[in-house]
Amino acid sequence: MHIPDGFLDGKTAVATAVVSLAGVGFALREAGRRLPPRRVPLLGLTAAFIFAAQMLNFPVLGGTSGHLMGAVLVAALLGPAAAVVVMTAVLLVQCFLFADGGVLALGANVLNMALVAPLAGYALYAALRRLLPGERGRLVAVAVAAWGSTLLAAMVCAGELAWSGTVRWAAAFPAMTGVHLLIGLGEGAITTLVIVAIRRARPELLPDAAPLESRAGGRGALVYGLLLSAALALFVAPFACPWPDGLESVAARLGFDRAALTAPLLAAPLADYRVPGLPAPGLATALAGLLGTLIVFGLALALARALHPRGAGAPAATGSAPAARPARAPSEG
Amino acid sequence: MTPPARQPHATATLHAPAARVIRLPAALKLAVALGLLLLLVASPWRGYAMAGGVAGGLLLVALVARLNVIELLKRLLLLEPLVIGVAALNLVGPGGLDRFLPLLARSSACLLVMVMLAATTPFTEMLGVLRRARVPALLLTVVALTHRYLFLLRDERLRLQRARQSRTFARRRGAGTFAHSWNALAGVVGMLFVRASERGERVYDAMRARGWR
Repeated sequence: MHIPDGFLDGKTAVATAVVSLAGVGFALREAGRRLPPRRVPLLGLTAAFIFAAQMLNFPVLGGTSGHLMGAVLVAALLGPAAAVVVMTAVLLVQCFLFADGGVLALGANVLNMALVAPLAGYALYAALRRLLPGERGRLVAVAVAAWGSTLLAAMVCAGELAWSGTVRWAAAFPAMTGVHLLIGLGEGAITTLVIVAIRRARPELLPDAAPLESRAGGRGALVYGLLLSAALALFVAPFACPWPDGLESVAARLGFDRAALTAPLLAAPLADYRVPGLPAPGLATALAGLLGTLIVFGLALALARALHPRGAGAPAATGSAPAARPARAPSEG
Repeated sequence: MTPPARQPHATATLHAPAARVIRLPAALKLAVALGLLLLLVASPWRGYAMAGGVAGGLLLVALVARLNVIELLKRLLLLEPLVIGVAALNLVGPGGLDRFLPLLARSSACLLVMVMLAATTPFTEMLGVLRRARVPALLLTVVALTHRYLFLLRDERLRLQRARQSRTFARRRGAGTFAHSWNALAGVVGMLFVRASERGERVYDAMRARGWR
């Protein structure tokens, strides 16, 4: 999902940079205020951990493989503000050390992967944990949050590309969401399995209900909420309504010249908003989204049930006994 | 805890020891890179000449400075799939190729700029530039620690995986392979986090002992 340089135009690069600067600045202030100094090195170590974990490939069907993104994992372990700082550090190192993701696109990449993904994921996680108590609830919340955060980050990414006029929304949106619907399932499963492994090895590393800084979260929640809505309103909402029919025909009619592409993409939805009532494609998309979310929720429940059967009070190895036990044996050295 | 040994940075393999570009101030290189990127992005839509010119110029510099050009190009190729992937979204629909090719040329040139910057600028110097640009200290501390422990934790992960494999937790065939290997890999990742957080505690003590804060 790292956007390279050359894909974003000036206004998108500046807009994303402004939103990102505000978000990261706020998160840094929150983390600086609430984080005990003892935890500061942990943030750096966690960022390095995310790096190392991202290099580990999980086999997917047909010889392909995927890897962890880790935004929700960090958010669930350390809280939202710390997760923003950790993911920002990961992106900065990826950009300047490995040339992975562009400098001019840094604002957009930070927005997608260091702000939208951990914050939206954390919001989902916290809301679901309130609804579903207990250990199994935690696993369901983690799985759904990891899936949702991946999907949302991909949607904002598609919006940014379309806003720049580099890729048409009608092509970017289905491709990005379609692929990340599946990638998100993997992210959810990996994140849940890792949480289970950590709980089994060292349960005290998992915060209970309220990790670190979320207790005094009134203002934080407000600012993060505003930030997320700004990102969605700026980069997704202008396109979301008449998808796919309206835009596709407009883009086809007006040709594929770059200059001509930017203007109608922004103008068309506004014209459509004046139509009273919900347009049919919008309704169908919403229904499909609802159905998909329900399916994912069911999958997450099944996963949590398999990993944490009823009555399993103390964390115990489940399923195939040798396989499920992590490398707890002393292998130091 | 002994003071950490000097980290051999990732660029070590890329340059001959005496390459002069590397001794230029990092701020200058960053400014030049940003300028080139802006030039490329602002160039006309079918600016093949601009993309080619920048790429050719950079390669010429690399040759004159006796950087390891093969290694540079390898790294470029490694990152190229990302560029192609995003640009390929344009192939769907009318006039796809007409938008795909210019985008590919421009973004590849941008990528070469970044690869050159990363290859000629030690990361610690880049951090110095960021500090002077008034990036908040907390973020810089975290980034510096990330860079310091990145390679260490990668090796730690390899050790964990090797330990697991040597205890015959290798991938097996047949039913249950999938769940089995995912569970095993998740165990490695979980353990890695446990070790990272333990190391974090030790690092904090070491930093305090040396007068941090």
